[in-house]
Amino acid sequence: MVSLEKIDKSYVTGSHRLHVLKAVDLEIESGEMAAVMGASGSGKSTLMNILGLLDNYDGGSYRLDGQLMRDLSETRAAVLRRQLIGFVFQSFNLIPFKTAAENVALPLYYQGLGRRRRQAAALEYLERVGLRDWATHRPSEMSGGQQQRVAIARALVARPKLLLADEPTGALDSETSHEIMELLQQVNREGVTVLVVTHERDVAAMTRRVIRLKDGRVEDAHARLPDA
Amino acid sequence: MLIVLLGSGVGLGHGVEYQFRDDAVNSIWVFPGQTSVPYKGLQPGRRVQLTNDDHDEVATGVEGVDHISSRYFIRGSVQVRYRNETSTFNVRAVHPDHLYLEKTIVVDGRFLNPLDVRDHRKVAVIGTKVKDALFKAEPPVGKLIEVNGVAFQVVGVFSDEGGERELERIYLPISTAQRAFGGANRIGQIMMTTGDEPLERTSAMADEIHRRLAARHTFSVDDPRAVEVENNNEQFARINGIIRGIRIFVWIVGLGTLLAGIVGVSNIMLIAVRERTREIGVRKALGATPRSIVLLILQESILITSIAGYAGLVLGVGVLELAARKLPPGSYFRNPEVDLGVALQAMALLIVAGLVAGFVPARRAAAVRPVEALRSE
Repeated sequence: MVSLEKIDKSYVTGSHRLHVLKAVDLEIESGEMAAVMGASGSGKSTLMNILGLLDNYDGGSYRLDGQLMRDLSETRAAVLRRQLIGFVFQSFNLIPFKTAAENVALPLYYQGLGRRRRQAAALEYLERVGLRDWATHRPSEMSGGQQQRVAIARALVARPKLLLADEPTGALDSETSHEIMELLQQVNREGVTVLVVTHERDVAAMTRRVIRLKDGRVEDAHARLPDA
Repeated sequence: MLIVLLGSGVGLGHGVEYQFRDDAVNSIWVFPGQTSVPYKGLQPGRRVQLTNDDHDEVATGVEGVDHISSRYFIRGSVQVRYRNETSTFNVRAVHPDHLYLEKTIVVDGRFLNPLDVRDHRKVAVIGTKVKDALFKAEPPVGKLIEVNGVAFQVVGVFSDEGGERELERIYLPISTAQRAFGGANRIGQIMMTTGDEPLERTSAMADEIHRRLAARHTFSVDDPRAVEVENNNEQFARINGIIRGIRIFVWIVGLGTLLAGIVGVSNIMLIAVRERTREIGVRKALGATPRSIVLLILQESILITSIAGYAGLVLGVGVLELAARKLPPGSYFRNPEVDLGVALQAMALLIVAGLVAGFVPARRAAAVRPVEALRSE
């Protein structure tokens, strides 16, 4: 599904040059559910951004679903994102003035689906995350866990092959975190490749594979969780 | 704002048209006066008396004359009687072409015709007010009225846009009136229209008329007071020029206002884009292309300018209506109005303004990198 080969990425700030990813090699098979762990500054988020085609990389090669992702135009990247990738963010990032259903329907809008089909699909996916009754509510009227479930419904509505979750439980209490991770497990069982960035051991424990990053390198691509 | 200004421009135009409403715009009027400079040993201060011959000379000698009529004025007040009704009216003795000069509208019967003049027929055309006063509900055509004791047959009734006073007139054939009321061959003034002749031609015509009359009545061609030749073409053109200037000025001011508005909306949109960086980033992450982001911002910008513009339009029309009602009648500012065409133009302008105003913010929004947008708290 995902194949990274010697990925290099550095940020230039003023005269500083920050080497964030150093020759990262990584293979993720289709249907896997993996966690990416590492201390802050280890390059987790940068890696996710590159995987999500939100950022470009300086060296190496990245194949997603067999296609080489290199020097994409913004428009091309946008098209690939909407076809292949779903995002779940730490701070949910729902659009505040839209209802839950409208938020979920948004990716379909960019796929050019008609209003009626968007609405139907949005309700179907809200049903799946158990929030059908909340369809007409705005994000501000929902709890964090509910918002994140709406965000997951939104990430899934376009039937992506890869779901990228950047600290999906970072803003939630442990009980809700558990619920969200169960939901992601269920999504994974349905065949979507799921990649979760986290620094929480409990969360990582609910995935089937842990990738450890340290100082911009993959320290361990099949790490064991340290015992508690 | 733009609408108020544009409407005012239109109002000014209407005011001018109103001043000329009653008379043909393309006309030349000839008034006799007194000589003011000595000429060929003759003293200044002589009165010039125009005659039928002058009329004929101008009618046949000057090229470009379209319709021509003279007027003969009956001295003193004129008593008009029909059966037991007697009243005083203003009587004008004219040629048939007078119809075109005063923009007279015949509502019943006919106007004077050349045979009336040739045969000295005793016929009259009366204004609607005269008809109301003398005939009440009776149909007047064919009836006999007495003008200063002379019987005339009514052949027509007319109306006129020039106002009440114009409707209290009676028109008689000039030849009949001259004979019946002791006018001999004297006429009071000559008036003519110039058809489609261009402005320079009409000025030349006015000069030529003055020259010919100077020769006939022995006064200096450099004496403007002996006979005054008034060219309405020139006046109309001059005033039209002023109006056009004012309208252009009004447009410039209006566009300036609009420009300020565009800058304002543009600024607001820039702030909105900054505030919504995060939302834009999310949209991009969800698969929005830069193009769709640009369209989103432009749509919103156009929406803002359209709503604001429409409100302005309504307000502007309201102000104009109010102004139209409060202004004293008969002034140079009259019936300010905005027609559908102007309103549509304004709306189109607003949409364009929205596009222009949204352009920079939209570009800024499209340039947002999703990574940074998502990071910004």
